[in-house]
Amino acid sequence: MDKYLLIPLLPLIAFTINIVFGKGIIKEKAHWVSILAVLGSFVISASTFTEVLNGKIINYDVYNWIVSGNFRVTIGFLIDQLTAIMLIVVTSVSLLVHIYSVGYMHGDKGYYRFFAYLSLFTFSMLMLVMGNNLLQLYFGWEAVGLCSYFLIGFWYEKKSAADAGKKAFIVNRFGDFGFGLGVIMIFLMLGTVHYSDIFSKVGTLTGQTINILGYNVDLITLIALLLFCGAVGKSAQIPLHVWLPDAMEGPTPVSALIHAATMVTAGVFMVARFNPLFSLSEVAMNVVALTGAITSLFAATIALVQNDIKRIVAYSTVSQLGYMFLACGVGAYGAGIFHLYTHAYFKALLFLGAGSVMHAMAGELDVQKMGGLKKHMPITYITFLIASLSIAGIPGLAGFFSKDEILWLAYNHGMVGKIVWAMGTVVAALTAFYSFRIIFLAFHGKFRGTHEQEHHLHESPKVMTIPLIILAIGAISAGWFGIPAALGGSNAIAHFFEPVLGHPHVTAGHEEEFMVMGISIAAAIGGIFISWIFYSLKPEMPKNLAKKFKRIYITLWNKYYVDELYDFIIVRPMKWLANSILVAVTDGKIIEGIVNGVPQAIRNFSERLRKLQTGQLQHYGLGMALGLFVILALVLIAAGR
Amino acid sequence: MNPQIDKMTPGSYIPTDYLPVLIFMMIAVAFGAGTLLVGSLFRLRRPYKEKLTPYESGNPPVGEPRYRFSIKFYIIAMLFVIFDVEAVFLYPWAVVYNKIGLYALIEMMLFIVILLVGYAYAWKKEAFKWD
Amino acid sequence: MNIPFPDLRPVTPEIIMTLSATALLILELIFKNKGVLAFIGILAAAAVMYIMPASMGETFGGMFISDSYSIFFKFIFIINLILTILISLRYIQRQKAEYGEYYSLLLFATAGMMLMASAKDLIILYLGLELMALSTYILAGIKRHDVKSNEAAIKYFLLGGFSSALLLYGISLLYGMTTTTDIYKIAEHLKATGVTTTLLLSMILIAVAFLFKIAAAPFHMWAPDVYEGAPTSITAFMSVGPKAAGFAVIGRVFYTAFQNIQTDWTTILIGIAILTMAVGNILAIVQTNIKRMLAYSSIAHAGYILLGIIAGTTEGLNAMMTYLFIYAFMNIGAFAIVIILDRGEELSDYEGLAKNRPLVAALMLVFMFSLTGIPPTAGFIAKFNLFTAVIKAGYTWLVIIAVMFSAISAYYYLRVVMNMYMKEMKQEAAIHLSPSLSLAILITVLMVLIIGIMPSMVIG
Repeated sequence: MDKYLLIPLLPLIAFTINIVFGKGIIKEKAHWVSILAVLGSFVISASTFTEVLNGKIINYDVYNWIVSGNFRVTIGFLIDQLTAIMLIVVTSVSLLVHIYSVGYMHGDKGYYRFFAYLSLFTFSMLMLVMGNNLLQLYFGWEAVGLCSYFLIGFWYEKKSAADAGKKAFIVNRFGDFGFGLGVIMIFLMLGTVHYSDIFSKVGTLTGQTINILGYNVDLITLIALLLFCGAVGKSAQIPLHVWLPDAMEGPTPVSALIHAATMVTAGVFMVARFNPLFSLSEVAMNVVALTGAITSLFAATIALVQNDIKRIVAYSTVSQLGYMFLACGVGAYGAGIFHLYTHAYFKALLFLGAGSVMHAMAGELDVQKMGGLKKHMPITYITFLIASLSIAGIPGLAGFFSKDEILWLAYNHGMVGKIVWAMGTVVAALTAFYSFRIIFLAFHGKFRGTHEQEHHLHESPKVMTIPLIILAIGAISAGWFGIPAALGGSNAIAHFFEPVLGHPHVTAGHEEEFMVMGISIAAAIGGIFISWIFYSLKPEMPKNLAKKFKRIYITLWNKYYVDELYDFIIVRPMKWLANSILVAVTDGKIIEGIVNGVPQAIRNFSERLRKLQTGQLQHYGLGMALGLFVILALVLIAAGR
Repeated sequence: MNPQIDKMTPGSYIPTDYLPVLIFMMIAVAFGAGTLLVGSLFRLRRPYKEKLTPYESGNPPVGEPRYRFSIKFYIIAMLFVIFDVEAVFLYPWAVVYNKIGLYALIEMMLFIVILLVGYAYAWKKEAFKWD
Repeated sequence: MNIPFPDLRPVTPEIIMTLSATALLILELIFKNKGVLAFIGILAAAAVMYIMPASMGETFGGMFISDSYSIFFKFIFIINLILTILISLRYIQRQKAEYGEYYSLLLFATAGMMLMASAKDLIILYLGLELMALSTYILAGIKRHDVKSNEAAIKYFLLGGFSSALLLYGISLLYGMTTTTDIYKIAEHLKATGVTTTLLLSMILIAVAFLFKIAAAPFHMWAPDVYEGAPTSITAFMSVGPKAAGFAVIGRVFYTAFQNIQTDWTTILIGIAILTMAVGNILAIVQTNIKRMLAYSSIAHAGYILLGIIAGTTEGLNAMMTYLFIYAFMNIGAFAIVIILDRGEELSDYEGLAKNRPLVAALMLVFMFSLTGIPPTAGFIAKFNLFTAVIKAGYTWLVIIAVMFSAISAYYYLRVVMNMYMKEMKQEAAIHLSPSLSLAILITVLMVLIIGIMPSMVIG
């Protein structure tokens, strides 16, 4: 057995052990199994990373499952620069989240189950990023979705958690439907599902069109957009972003691992992996860039007014994912993945910090009811501050370098690039604003909660704070691999990615680069400054503004009414259909309507058909004779013709 | 095998040799049906109760006409058929024994041994005991 | 005219099987402990399995042929026999049907199937079919004091007799046309004469008889009643063995004897296959008795397997054989779980099983997944393999229909799973575990999973 196989296998083994022996034997020691397994994966990933750094590319089939003509279903690994960095992100964040969960989930009755699912998720995510073919990607894609569904609904007794799990599952079905079609199209057109074959053959599709309802659609654009559908669902982009904020019903470590650092970035990973395909279609690229930019701006504005700490961070995630797509859309895949990598650390840190706050506040999520936590939980405060500075894009921290790289490359990408650059810069200011809104509301000022809560305030245990500190180091230093040449760095990471992801050619000089950089720094500092005025200096100002721009405020507060819109245009018509057509079958819920309705119709038919089976021997004999005569008659008529 | 059949094209064969048999069967059916028909046309019809009761050799019928025979009858009947057929098979074998020789002898021995096994089985299972 | 002594090597497996069956009949009189008989039966089966690969060849003047086609089917029959004996041991004791003849009849039925698979002459085929059928009639009714079992046997017997009559009628017409009963010579004759109405009539009669054996609609009606009434171990036996034997003879007779009217019988079989899939899958949905449900499921599977015959290619035939091989394991496995439970014949008996018998529930889950065709179980491989072969033969639309019905089938298979995992337990489920039963379940579940994960073992 080679060591690459061990990377995904170790978490799978941990999952099996925990699910089989967890309930009876291991119980509250379940974390040991999972943590050791993920640690092993991390160590092997790190050593693999150094191999890739030295120029080794690993691409081989581990196991041929079905080989039927040119249709091969195999399990195989492709570890190149892109996969190597994903391995590091997934295993390191997963390891820290595992450790953090020991403290966070302590005493939960589903303790062993939680660790089993975390391990299963890690396994699926690793299979997803390591695959060397589309089907394995698809398998991992669905498997991480399933794990996410389990983990969002982990506290299934809570109705909102169970509903959020269902919502995530169903919304993702829409995206995955397109993704599945894309996979099938690729196989039909190119006759292969292996990346290396796809990328070497994809050029032959250039200029081919396919006729859909009378329109000639460019084949590559179509395939690219179908694949992108999947990314939109998984990475929570407009219009399928609605599931992610609701997914915060799950335990906070899950939000940090799945809904910030890893699973939701699978869409970005996929687009980057398929860059040879996407780059062939300008339309698809522009769609990706604009979807990313619009989502980014849209989510950032919503985040401005929310009060639920996890929801703010969740919208921030949607917004940052939009950033990454923006980067991919302007051809700056390397910058997008660089941002994915830095984002994983500071966003996981924000979530785990929020979890730490919740831990101290007995589950309270409303930032308006916090305040002054700085002195009660100094480690949480400092790490949270570092993460906020990083996401805001303050020079020197990780977020700055990756965000700056994206904005700079977008700026250099023609008309569309300029538009998305402008939007990105606005988002940078908004990001700084809402991030520091949390800092000022939750950690500064006076405590606004109940006395009882104040009495219980405490710093979280070491098992939770140490992961925070490690992540904080990441949030500071992760970007140092990508210091641009303009600042005297070597932009090592761009060169590292160049063989797989390419690097856009930039003609503009350093002066312009300094200008772009300056604008984004100004935006960040401006955002923080306004936030300070609003929430620290003059706390009555936001309320006055909210009153003055009441309509805007309410729109933002209600998240642009997207959920309501969906309710109106999709859910209600479906309900109406379900209610009026399948009367008495459903209890008015759309899901039950679809799931039970069709089978019920078949059942009714079946009940009728069943009456033919009388149990009377003579009827059976008659049936046989009739069957014989009918066949005979048909054949003789056909023969006589 | 009739060598004539082989020369004919398969499928077009009409079994003329059996025509008399067919005619004979038709006459038999016609005779039976005709007798009954003629009888029913000319006979008197004066039914009364005693006349309509089943004929039981002059005795008045007692109990249900449906009567469950002991299963032993069937077993004996089956055993009879089996061993009867065994005996019937032996005749043609004996007639051509000289022509087919050792092979047929072994075959027939096997056949008899199998029947013997059946015989032993039936005996041990007390199929021959009446009560 | 001295008849030469026939070469006995190709028939050795059948000879051993028949001799063992006969010996069991005698030994039954001696041994009080019927377990010994079961053991001898397994030994005989193992011996047959061991010598089978060496038994290639033709004998008895070309009436009997042992080729790779028949040997593969014989493997299925032997596996079916061994697994059935393993699941029967304690079960028939519990059912108060522990007669020594039980094992003897199983062996006789298997010998009949083997003859069918190897028949190169329609007379041998008929003999094999009757040997198999008569033995299974008795086995279906072996619970002598159970009315349902009696009913099952008499129904099966009468309808089976009907179908045998049709078969003989078809064979006699064929003989009348070609003056031979040798399948290959029939093919030669028919090539010379071309298509006639009589030929079509005889083909349909023979087809109906075979379709009855595999329980294809509309000749399936006996199956649910018989499967429900027969002892569960015999239901498992019947749902695999006679079905596989039926497919073996369909493959042999239709591909060789009726070669020149392939378009005609393909058209008929397409209609039958669609109807069978429809009837099997749709009626399975409303069943509340799991044996009846599995009966309809086996009807549905017969519909899928027919597609392999319809494909008309070697690949299609191979896929059909692979499917039957896999089907043997998953179906007997499912029945073994029914047997292991003290009360496991009703669907409601499975409610909450996962909570009090997690292992049994997990095993049932594997078999249900496999029957549905969910990867990575063997059932998926079977379906995948079959459907690819049929698509390659150009019947994409037929595969689409089959996949649709397959999707419907998920409803009733997964309902068992849902009952086990999502419903509340009503009462503790008692189980009857014995070493032989555990062995049978172990073999089946391992095969289902191993073939699912490493399909190259059976494909190609």
